[in-house]
Amino acid sequence: MSNHEHREAAHQPVKRKEMSRRQFLSYTLGGATAFMAGGAVLPMIRFAVDPLLTQKTEGTFVKVVEESKITNEPQEFRFQVHQVDGWYESDPELTAWISRDQQGNVFALSPVCKHLGCTINWNTQNDNQYFCPCHEAKYSPEGKNLAVAPAPLDEYDLKIEDGFIYLGPIKPNTKV
Amino acid sequence: MFKGIYNWIDERLDITPMWRDVADHEVPEHVNPAHHFSAFVYCFGGLTFFITVIQILSGMFLTMYYVPDIINAYASVDYLQHKVAFGAIVRGMHHWGASLVIVMMFLHTLRVFFTGSYKAPREMNWVVGMLIFFIMLGLGLTGYLLPWDNKAYFATKVTLSIAESVPYIGPYIATLINGGEVVGAQTLTRFFAIHVFFLPGALLALLAAHFFMIRKQGISGPL
Repeated sequence: MSNHEHREAAHQPVKRKEMSRRQFLSYTLGGATAFMAGGAVLPMIRFAVDPLLTQKTEGTFVKVVEESKITNEPQEFRFQVHQVDGWYESDPELTAWISRDQQGNVFALSPVCKHLGCTINWNTQNDNQYFCPCHEAKYSPEGKNLAVAPAPLDEYDLKIEDGFIYLGPIKPNTKV
Repeated sequence: MFKGIYNWIDERLDITPMWRDVADHEVPEHVNPAHHFSAFVYCFGGLTFFITVIQILSGMFLTMYYVPDIINAYASVDYLQHKVAFGAIVRGMHHWGASLVIVMMFLHTLRVFFTGSYKAPREMNWVVGMLIFFIMLGLGLTGYLLPWDNKAYFATKVTLSIAESVPYIGPYIATLINGGEVVGAQTLTRFFAIHVFFLPGALLALLAAHFFMIRKQGISGPL
């Protein structure tokens, strides 16, 4: 029985796996279309996502004030940074609240409230706290969020050279 | 004279069946406010489209004066609003229409929801309608920045913070929308391009699909 079947199979013409003319044409045309569409679209996509792939510029440090002027009481200092926004260059003025912690280390806080981005102020309520007038967020002298705000005040990167304080990019608070 | 022109064209191109196909269709009694006044709820979709057309037209005219540049954007809006004849009207149409289109679209969605019109076989049209809803929100969001005033600037700051709060990919989304690290020159041109070209293009395609499906499937039956 099995012998018979085997002979039957041997008589059948060899089934070659060959591509039909129609299939070949549709693959060729489809491939050419995909290539041309890709050639047109890919440059545009790369163009659009360029901001994602450009190297972030290293934050530069700006000289702000002599270290000797810093006290335990936070003081407000203004300084200019050079900002490049594509083809537009500007020198916006930033503000930092600089003070010393209990060990005498100098640190600088950003004045942008972590609640909704208003500008905080020092000791306007005579309670030795930072206070945001928009929604009454409060922060300790180290920037710890005491009321309303969900996170502590951001800190500026800081270095001291030749008795001067230099401020750099903003980073999350390291004091609390 | 117009009849003569029409007949001349119709003889050559046979345009009558084309507009007949678009314009001649039965309005069922239950959606006709002349029969049942409460059927006015069926007008909200058409009203949404009407306001959308006004938005497109007024927007086209606004770009005759507007420039998407951080130094001149506010000045150009100020100029077209206060110095150009009918500037307050044309910009007003675009400004108030933007809110109205959201309101009308919301009412239209409520009507579709409470009449159960989203049910089979019209599920795809509901999904397309939802996509249109998000495109409209995107148009409102990107258009808000264009006057480049304080409100626009800080609204965009908030938008970017929301985008940034997406888990894992949030910062990348924010950078992509922002066109860099600062909300500035590149953000404004990006939002302008999205507001004026990308989203309206997507909107027109989706509206075509929306209208094609409602004509193909017909208005849903009475409650």
